[in-house]
Amino acid sequence: MLLIRCPYCGERPEVEFHCGGEAHIARPDTPAEMTDADWASFLYYRTNPKGLHAERWVHNHGCGRWFNALRDTVTDAFVQTYEMGAPRPDAGNASSTATKAA
Amino acid sequence: MLEVNLARRTPAIRPAAVASAGPIRIAPETGEGRLSFRAKAKALGGREDVAGFAVDGAINSRKSDGDTASLRLGPDEWLFICPEGDIDDAMSAIERAMDGAAHSLVDVSHRDVTFTVSGQNADAVINAGCPLDLSLDRFPVGTASRTVFGKSDIVLARVGHHDFRVTTWRSFAPYVHGLLLDAAKDYAG
Ligand SMILES: [Zn+2]
Repeated sequence: MLLIRCPYCGERPEVEFHCGGEAHIARPDTPAEMTDADWASFLYYRTNPKGLHAERWVHNHGCGRWFNALRDTVTDAFVQTYEMGAPRPDAGNASSTATKAA
Repeated sequence: MLEVNLARRTPAIRPAAVASAGPIRIAPETGEGRLSFRAKAKALGGREDVAGFAVDGAINSRKSDGDTASLRLGPDEWLFICPEGDIDDAMSAIERAMDGAAHSLVDVSHRDVTFTVSGQNADAVINAGCPLDLSLDRFPVGTASRTVFGKSDIVLARVGHHDFRVTTWRSFAPYVHGLLLDAAKDYAG
């Protein structure tokens, strides 16, 4: 079984977790001033990289906490998990979406 | 002012005769009171306990003191256990001890049912539905955590080498009880 490292509980079985979609999506401060197209983009459009992907995960059958994870969509390897609010750890080279897991 | 708990509690589940016949004891705990307590570190201000319930334990640990226990289930979440008759006094004492600091305190005595699962191979019986590594070095005595058992959410605590407590929601109790009994059949000799 795949183990996921919860930042609070350590390595735990994947069935205790649930994925909450792409991470680091900030809600626009002034939605009323946005075009419909930009608003739709915020609501519905997500990246779908082949390689490293930053995702929100929740340890719902554990500590109940949300956290972020860098996961490789090719190998399903969890490269790193980190607390909510922390910047994406590989922010420096995040543009290379096909980066292989270390 | 705290409202006094007037609800009467009826047993959610009765002990099964078959469970006490085998080497593994599976029985619902009776008379156990439970409080769900949540507070941020800032509100706790570094204190070691709140009205006698420890809040200084590591995440996923269980500390007990006489007939009370404190299970730390997350960074800001605890399950306090005390005799059912002491619940109202405990709630008042915790409210006084927190002295207006932000916290949440809910009596969940009636929400949950706790089973004792004890005896040789009790870990294997729980592993029939729980994916955690229950070897002593990974899940030592004094560990407590929310996890899964079959399709049910449970809180699992190890109080002895071969002595576990499985706490689940009341409506899930017949399912958890049944799965535990089924798993224990492998060791019925
Ligand atoms: Zn966790």
